Amino acid sequence: MSGRRVGDDILQIDNLRIEARNDRGPGPVLVDNVSFALKRGKVIGLIGESGAGKSTIGLATLGYTRRGCHITGGKLDFEGRDIRTMTAAERRALRGPGVAYIAQSAAASFNPAMTLFEQICEIPLRHGIMSLAEASTEAVKLFRELDLPNPETFGNRYPHQVSGGQLQRAMAAMAMAARPDILVFDEPTTALDVTTQVEVLASFRKLIREHQTAAIYITHDLAVVAQIADDIMVLRHGKTVEYGTAQQILQAPREEYTRRLVAERVAGHTFREDLATDEPPLLEVSNVVASYHSLLRVIDNVSIDVRRGDTVAVVGESGSGKSTLARVIIGLLPRQEGDIRFNGTSLPPKLASRSKEQLRRIQMIYQMPDVALNPNQTLLEIIGRPVQFYFSRPRGQVRARVLELLRMMDLPEHFIDRRPGELSGGQKQRVGIARALAAEPDLIICDEVTSALDQLVGEEILRLLKRLQDELGIAYLFITHDLGTVKRIANKVAVMLKGKLVARGETAQVFSPPFHPYTELLLSSVPEMRSEWLDDVLARRTQTLQAVKQAQIQLAS
Amino acid sequence: MRLFGHRLTFTATLGLVIIAINLIIAIGAPLLAPYGQASILGDAWADPTPQHLLGLDDLGRDLLSRLMYGARMSIGLAVVTTCLAFALGITAGFAAAVLRGWVDTLLSRLVDLLLSMPTLMFAFIVLSVLGTNLSVIVVTIAILDAPKVFRLSRALAMNIAALEYVEVAKVRGEGLWWLMRREILPNALAPLVAEFGMRFSFTLLIIAALSFLGLGVQPPNADWGSMVRDYRDMINLDAMAPLYPAAAIAILTIGVNFVVDWMLAIHSHAHGDSA
Repeated sequence: MSGRRVGDDILQIDNLRIEARNDRGPGPVLVDNVSFALKRGKVIGLIGESGAGKSTIGLATLGYTRRGCHITGGKLDFEGRDIRTMTAAERRALRGPGVAYIAQSAAASFNPAMTLFEQICEIPLRHGIMSLAEASTEAVKLFRELDLPNPETFGNRYPHQVSGGQLQRAMAAMAMAARPDILVFDEPTTALDVTTQVEVLASFRKLIREHQTAAIYITHDLAVVAQIADDIMVLRHGKTVEYGTAQQILQAPREEYTRRLVAERVAGHTFREDLATDEPPLLEVSNVVASYHSLLRVIDNVSIDVRRGDTVAVVGESGSGKSTLARVIIGLLPRQEGDIRFNGTSLPPKLASRSKEQLRRIQMIYQMPDVALNPNQTLLEIIGRPVQFYFSRPRGQVRARVLELLRMMDLPEHFIDRRPGELSGGQKQRVGIARALAAEPDLIICDEVTSALDQLVGEEILRLLKRLQDELGIAYLFITHDLGTVKRIANKVAVMLKGKLVARGETAQVFSPPFHPYTELLLSSVPEMRSEWLDDVLARRTQTLQAVKQAQIQLAS
Repeated sequence: MRLFGHRLTFTATLGLVIIAINLIIAIGAPLLAPYGQASILGDAWADPTPQHLLGLDDLGRDLLSRLMYGARMSIGLAVVTTCLAFALGITAGFAAAVLRGWVDTLLSRLVDLLLSMPTLMFAFIVLSVLGTNLSVIVVTIAILDAPKVFRLSRALAMNIAALEYVEVAKVRGEGLWWLMRREILPNALAPLVAEFGMRFSFTLLIIAALSFLGLGVQPPNADWGSMVRDYRDMINLDAMAPLYPAAAIAILTIGVNFVVDWMLAIHSHAHGDSA
């Protein structure tokens, strides 16, 4: 610990180059000529979309590359020693006390058969830095600093006994246990709910500040990094796009790409106001109750109306029942009580009892385009099947229709014989939309359609959906946790909390005061670009949380 | 060399060569074999001569020709039996995974029942009651083998049926056959093909064992298992005769397993690296 001074260069990366190699020869360059310096007590944010090479850089600071990747150029200077030339033993000594890593999915990083204590104390013990007694005192101290409940006994639990946000913080404790000089955060809050993200982010910031640890914070979300980083580096396809102080990047971006990333958040949207209000609703969900194995009510007394041309957003955190609601409407999970009427007629609860015509008119687009498309079918088969199945068209007409749909999706026509594996994430999602449209539906249920996509790609998908709505008059039911998106695309919104509807109405009205306390909590948790945002939210947090708790008690009674 | 876009290992190449030779002999036996499998050509246990490369057997038949016809019978039977076992096992396994509920319970318990019975014993009883007709052998062994295929295909289909593209097809209103045939089968093919190779080896051995015990292929048809039985006494007289069919069984089994190992290795690779 001696000689540690804030402001010293601790890590210096010069012209780092990392290449992938497979058994057929050299592959793509993952990181190309990236340089930055990290000072003690400072945080650098690495920003970029998937494939930008940010995680690869993060892992390289641990002297590690994924299988098939090799560091082929540059220097990784850690306190005067080059990580590249270290022996395996020296690298092992580096990991833990020198550089520590916090992964995106804490659930996959903990051993489910060991208590948290055992796993957190393992690192200092193995490195011989502390005795067991010292390590456990240190762990309790870290739990307290990270605002974990019952810090004295928290470590006795197993990973499955704590929540996702707590586990992510426990992972930070594990990384801090050997008092590293550098912490590498790799998308640590991406898998969390917005409200949890705020708390975890606050804990991380506190931890970094109190210990004066240097950190590399990797994320795709500029607003998150704005809260925590001193410097920001924007990466794209392994190259540095822009590197500067957080303030400069956020407020005066020099490069076009950075400007687009910053601008995405502020873009506004106008709704159609000309919707006929006297028309009967297309979809009428009234007082629906549903549960799995008739145990807990996952959907409790929910009512929603969707008119032709509407975009209705259903928002809530994980476990709020919003995806289950989609399954109930589509018939995969039969409802127990209440009614769902489509175009004036009641839909049978079970999928098997619905007519082909009823099935055709409600289509769905999924969150993960990777698993929503059969990897062994060509786009002709994927998109053509609904055309053939619902309209019994001859082969030639099916092909013509698929080509037409591909054009509508701005996909090249020669893609028709490709398989999903040959497409990018955004292109796959377009195929998913084309498949839904092939059935010529009245209503499309969009289940988190943009959350698995990169920011700019997701934005294009939303624009495409909007254009299709204008052209074809389709109604959307948007299931999402991203309130930023909701504000921009939905004209109506329903907020769900633990299976119950807490607020419903026109977006403008639900999202403006007087709010329901839970809506306010959700809205306040959406990260904003300004760096004071986190402090502002935390200042009002306790009050908002109390209001939510009261509202929940009211709902239950 | 590459096959299906993957580099062939040395053992896999060797296995493929062994399989290819066996298949050529099995299919072309009537054309390739120098003599008929039942024709008596000279004295019993005549020594090898240029006309009879491996010599003659206990009844004076050409050993090489019988070995080649034996390949036809043994491999043919094993292929037909394994195909039938897979047709039954995959259909039932996929149906159980897609339909769940009572169909799954019923099929799974039935399979447990079949698995609880010792294969060879069960085959003995059935064959001694129904007679040693070829079709009885095929159906009996296929039914005894199908539960193992059922287990695998059900487990595979369970994972695939949980994916959204299967859900999409279900919501579209597709029938059970489409789901099984178009959505699940193509995505379960790799492990199933590997399993086919392994099951084929086992079936080959079981049929050989039954023939050895006199319950399998009946004379005068040649088959590797019954050939070992017919010639087994000669081992005491220092003759090679029983070793040829035994070696044929062993070599083919090893060859198939080389290929299966290679396929399984590719399969597990693909899984580990995709993340």
